[in-house]
Amino acid sequence: MDFTIDSEQKALVKAVRGLITNVYESSEARREVTKTEPGFAAWDKLAEMGVLSLPFEASPVEVSLAAEELGKVIAPDPFVEAIVLAGGLIEALGTDEQKKQYVDAIAGGEVLPILAWLEPGKRWSTQASVTFADGKLNGVKAPVVQAERADLLLVTAALPEGGTGVFLVEGATAVETAVTNDGSRAATVTFGDTPAVQLGEGGDQTAALEVALDRARIAYAHEALGAMETALTTTVGYLKTRKQFGVTLNTFQALNHRAADMYVALELARSTITWATIVAADEDTTPEQLATAASHAALQVSVAGRHIGLDAIQLHGGIGMTAEYSVGHYASRLLAIEHLVGDGEFHRARLAATVGDHDVFDPIG
Amino acid sequence: MRLQLSAEDQAFREEMREFFTTQVPQDIRDAVINRGELTRDQIVRSQQALNAGGLAVPGWPVEWGGKDWTQLQRHIWHEEMQLAGVMPPLAFNASMVGPVIATFGSQELKERFLPATANLDIWWSQGFSEPDAGSDLAGLRTTAVRDGDEYVVNGQKTWTTLGQYGDWIFTLVRTDPDAPKKQMGISFLLIDMKSEGLTVRPIELIDGGHEVNEVFFDNVRVPAENLVGEENKGWTYAKFLLGNERVGIARVGDSQLHLASAKKKAKEQGVFEQYASRIADIENQLTALELTALRVAAGSSGDKPHPASSVLKIKGSQLTQAVSDLLVDLEGPAAITSRDTRVFLNNRKVSIYGGSNEIQRQIIAGTILGL
Repeated sequence: MDFTIDSEQKALVKAVRGLITNVYESSEARREVTKTEPGFAAWDKLAEMGVLSLPFEASPVEVSLAAEELGKVIAPDPFVEAIVLAGGLIEALGTDEQKKQYVDAIAGGEVLPILAWLEPGKRWSTQASVTFADGKLNGVKAPVVQAERADLLLVTAALPEGGTGVFLVEGATAVETAVTNDGSRAATVTFGDTPAVQLGEGGDQTAALEVALDRARIAYAHEALGAMETALTTTVGYLKTRKQFGVTLNTFQALNHRAADMYVALELARSTITWATIVAADEDTTPEQLATAASHAALQVSVAGRHIGLDAIQLHGGIGMTAEYSVGHYASRLLAIEHLVGDGEFHRARLAATVGDHDVFDPIG
Repeated sequence: MRLQLSAEDQAFREEMREFFTTQVPQDIRDAVINRGELTRDQIVRSQQALNAGGLAVPGWPVEWGGKDWTQLQRHIWHEEMQLAGVMPPLAFNASMVGPVIATFGSQELKERFLPATANLDIWWSQGFSEPDAGSDLAGLRTTAVRDGDEYVVNGQKTWTTLGQYGDWIFTLVRTDPDAPKKQMGISFLLIDMKSEGLTVRPIELIDGGHEVNEVFFDNVRVPAENLVGEENKGWTYAKFLLGNERVGIARVGDSQLHLASAKKKAKEQGVFEQYASRIADIENQLTALELTALRVAAGSSGDKPHPASSVLKIKGSQLTQAVSDLLVDLEGPAAITSRDTRVFLNNRKVSIYGGSNEIQRQIIAGTILGL
């Protein structure tokens, strides 16, 4: 059992941190970027540094380390959405030809793929209502993060013979975009006899889809961990400097105890989330084990993310409510992550479905 | 990063599991698993079974029966013990007074007390807290005045857990009332509980049980040779004692064992579906706690406690209580006469003793967050 990272991984962390804190040097700089289209600014640099190729060339550990650094500054670039999730699916399911066509281009930042899997009125099910028949897609996907900016959509759809397949759509589709709560973009995408080609060999691809989602959940969890850490650090810094009644806020025990509880939540979340990455990186891990680890991590993100994100606002007082100040954006991003891949109740229910199968859960068994 | 234990640690885990499930009498393990109250005799026999296998005092110096284990091995030892329904060695002996005598005591004290302490031939009680000195321990007032070859002890201790079974009590006593700081002028003194002038009075608790006591000292004469280390240095030894036992502070194995009981009970009562979400939530938190305990154990160098120990204490006590709450709820109306309800009430203590959770938050705020 080892939770530590090696020197190469440390170097990666340092490099990503250097890059990303240069692009998003302040909360204000990030805000300027999210105000202008397409809402992110580090993509080309991340591609140059090789960060966008990590899911294709390195292990989930490196992917998570990068995601955590992006989370620390809540970089709005869709690393997990486009690279880990959509890119991961192409890598997992694509034909040799498709991989040749897309993987290098994705890693190089030239093609931005997005998975359109969520649907209006549904929660986080991989069962699709959008249909595929005779080479055409019909139906609506929403929300689809960064759909308007995407060069390639991966669309999940119900197959005539049953099951869910993944289909590729390049170029224009009917897209209606909104700004998301965390400053990103998400769209409603309508398919009306939209031509699409199947990804890979076709057939029911639900299992691969679930695996890709679980890997993305774990990467998101690391992004959330980075965000939680910054939210706490920022809050602690504020408590030490902000004066009220002639003294700094850390004079008040009630406030310190709330900060201590945030730290407890952060460290417990860190343990589970790090462990989930180690599970994902282990070659012997089964899809069921991966799903369990992903849900444990996602549940921690939901509970700890809200606790830390919202208490960060509370402990800042009114300033925490303002768009000019950073902590509110952290809470907002944490909330968005939770809703992209399943909220607390969703993952609690997933865990509840198997919790009676064992007496004691052994994470290192 | 690596998921599994090393082959060596895995083998160690198997060895521990094998020992605990075969070498500790079944009646005692059953009592623990069923959340029963152990008799003095059962606690003694349990520890003696561990001691016979060399597993009662692994944290001590090797020459006195300790093991040169890593922190991770000590963690595994403790978790496997709890999962097997084996009561950990009596803390007063194994993790409190034993290490203090072994580290600061004279050769004579070591020889006289350590083997008997490891084997629970002597049952130690802890005499630290006083009515006005709980978390603020340095405020203690019990005095020991030197008179020839003896100390004369006067005062009162309280919250003396299982003091009714005690043969000896280790105490903090004030030997220099004029010391400039209240942490100074305190000594660490060993007292035979059969001494004249020493009385033990039971305190009944809200669960109806009797596990804590008051201990009164009325001109109790204690041989000066029973002083551990130097006079007026007791605070140093007490800090060593309190910082020493971090292993097992989270009680993960114990909570896992009882959560497994809760699952079984929910199934028996036909309400598993209804409780599955709550059980999954607790299991999720327990997993986080266990992984954190592993991080702390694997990350600790030497005997220095990891600063995140307070995290383990806070969350560990909260989860002990959460599992206990669940078990009571699963009793339904039977709860009002149930043993589980007594345990529920009794478990309020875990967030109070050993430095209350509020004190732990102070430690996190002060030493980790720098607030």
